[in-house]
Amino acid sequence: MDLRYTATEEAFRLKVRQWLEKNVPCESLKSFDTEEGFDQHRAWEKTLASDNWGMVTWPKEYGGRGCNLIQWLIFEEEYYRAGAPLRVNQNGIFLLGPTLMEYGTADQKSRFIGAMASGEEIWAQGWSEPGAGSDMAAIRSKAIRDGGDYIINGQKIWSTRAVFADWVFCIFRTDPESTRHHGLSFIFVPLDAEGVTVRPIDQLNGLPGFAEIFFDDVRVPVFNRLGEEGEGWAIAMSTAGFERGLMLRSPARFQEAAKKLVALYQAKRNDILDLSLEDAVVLCYLDAEAYALSTYATASRLMAGGNIGAESSCNKIFWSELDIKIHETAMRLLGARGELLPDSEDFSEELGVWLDGFFFAQSGPIYAGTNEVQRNIIAERMLGMPRK
Amino acid sequence: MNFMSSEDQIAYRDSVATMLAAEVTAESIRARWDSPKGIDEKLIEQLNELGLNTMLVPESCGGLGLSELDFILLAQECGRAALPEPLVDNVLVANAMLADVACSDLVSAKQCEDLLSEVAAGKVMLACGHWINPFINMAHIHQWLLLSHGDEVHLVESSAVELLPQRSADPSRRIFKVNWQPKAETRIANGEAGAGLWRRALNRGALGVAAQLIGLSESILHRAVGFTADREQFGRPVGSNQAVKHLLADCAVSLEFAKPVMARAAYAVGSNSSDADCAVSHAKVAASRAAQLCARHGMQVHGAMGYTWECDLHIWMKRCWAIDKTWGDAGFHKNRIHERLLDPSTLMGAGHTFTSATSKTYNSQEGAA
Repeated sequence: MDLRYTATEEAFRLKVRQWLEKNVPCESLKSFDTEEGFDQHRAWEKTLASDNWGMVTWPKEYGGRGCNLIQWLIFEEEYYRAGAPLRVNQNGIFLLGPTLMEYGTADQKSRFIGAMASGEEIWAQGWSEPGAGSDMAAIRSKAIRDGGDYIINGQKIWSTRAVFADWVFCIFRTDPESTRHHGLSFIFVPLDAEGVTVRPIDQLNGLPGFAEIFFDDVRVPVFNRLGEEGEGWAIAMSTAGFERGLMLRSPARFQEAAKKLVALYQAKRNDILDLSLEDAVVLCYLDAEAYALSTYATASRLMAGGNIGAESSCNKIFWSELDIKIHETAMRLLGARGELLPDSEDFSEELGVWLDGFFFAQSGPIYAGTNEVQRNIIAERMLGMPRK
Repeated sequence: MNFMSSEDQIAYRDSVATMLAAEVTAESIRARWDSPKGIDEKLIEQLNELGLNTMLVPESCGGLGLSELDFILLAQECGRAALPEPLVDNVLVANAMLADVACSDLVSAKQCEDLLSEVAAGKVMLACGHWINPFINMAHIHQWLLLSHGDEVHLVESSAVELLPQRSADPSRRIFKVNWQPKAETRIANGEAGAGLWRRALNRGALGVAAQLIGLSESILHRAVGFTADREQFGRPVGSNQAVKHLLADCAVSLEFAKPVMARAAYAVGSNSSDADCAVSHAKVAASRAAQLCARHGMQVHGAMGYTWECDLHIWMKRCWAIDKTWGDAGFHKNRIHERLLDPSTLMGAGHTFTSATSKTYNSQEGAA
């Protein structure tokens, strides 16, 4: 164990920092759940990609820098430290990208990865259906083979970013006789295809961060299928692209939030009557640090040839509950003015940021597999408890 | 940057774990409860034969010259086995403290070096009575005691003090109050040197507790998983119920996020880093939260069985509850973190996880120059 950065790692940090100092927009962008904000964020993805900073762990031929996981952590630290914009294409770069690299054909990779890295094509995820949430094997939407095409009918829901995105990657039932996790395939659909209807769904903050997607005889070429027909479930569940378990939420995000919480606590400290706030602030800070330490430990293990299994479920639970604790504590510190929206007399940008974060934190224990499902995975796969 | 334990560290850990698994059973622990001294003297000899006594003593003083980072995995195994012998406090705290003096330029260095060679040979045992702990565990089996009088460090023969036995809720612990008078001839350090020694001792002691709590918790979790797989109700294992699974999954999560914290703390103490105080306090707080949760949920899933004297679970639970408050309770350690948070010079946030572990502070202007 050596917890010092090497000269190469420090040089890399410096390079990232200098690039970000030069390029991060001074004014914060509008929410990517508005049309204007979406375009601003797409432009930012293009800026990142112009110098291969879009996804540093990707190979150079796909617009990355071939970085290892420690360098990725350093990049993320600098990224959040610089207050750079959120990643509008996270469904693409964090989730689909690694899967595509593992299961895609050469032609598929050259068709999709470059455009994903440059922000030219922004991706939404289409897994959930009205009758298939946590129970994803209950998927009913069908993609039926017709010569060189699939004809798709059905409905997806809770698709994040789908309102303004260009593509959606979905799981459809390609074998109409199949049940549960058999007979499913992983298929890409352009959201402007004929027969696709996108209906925005407003989220807790009033913005259309979700969409419902209806497919009515939508025709896509077989080329848009990732992996073999019927392999959709295995690909969707695959943890082989370990980035998914590790990369979805990097610790830097929570360390910066905890830092802001400490600053808020310092500012309010003399007015605090609730003594348990001191404890809450200390624990938020410690847990954000613990998440960082754990991620460094996991990165080291993966770099030494280890793998990540049910630990990614532990990560999911830990960061999502940490995010809630940080924002709940902030709202307690802000008191009765915490509910204010813009245009109110006492509103400030700081209040708005905490309230936005508080709302968003509520979704953490639900998306990417509810924390209850994660606890089942930990109990059964990590601890070996009986399924039935 | 590399967070992995070395192969040597893993191999040493495995050999100690194998030995403890064979020698320390719930039955043998219960046998100690009824024995006059409460320890297995043969086991203490066996552990010493593995070189443990002087593991942290520099080679120049005749030890193995290993660090806290090497020992911490063994301390975790001592917790897993619920080892009643005070190995962790001996090796990690008392012997290491004596070695610190022996390797210093204090006038007492020679005297400490001589005693250290006797400790190394297994002829005598040394315990540390830090001011933060009201009692010394197993004081009666030690020939020498390191005692605090303010910042002063006194090296005192136990035959020269009065040991007042107390009763612990953990039957494996034999705790004593020490009645003694400081004298000039027993003083081996004072002033800043003394304060530094006590500070290091506290960090090592708290680190040792954190590691043991993690080992104890892992053992409780393992037992709980085993019990709930075997025990059937409503025609199926109780462990197949989600309500039971989720209690134990939460234990696993708390442990996953305490272990890297413990490793970092061991690294910080071993490398004498300026952030050792906070790293150790974090480890103690994280391990303590994990242990409280594992003891609580571990017992819950055992049902009424877990509340009995017959069920072995309480050997581990009571150790968690007892040692959790030693070497500084949660209030003490959280307060050290709180002070750091209020200190305007503290660097925090993304990129500062290892700030004081690195040799230089970093900013782009400096790097660019």
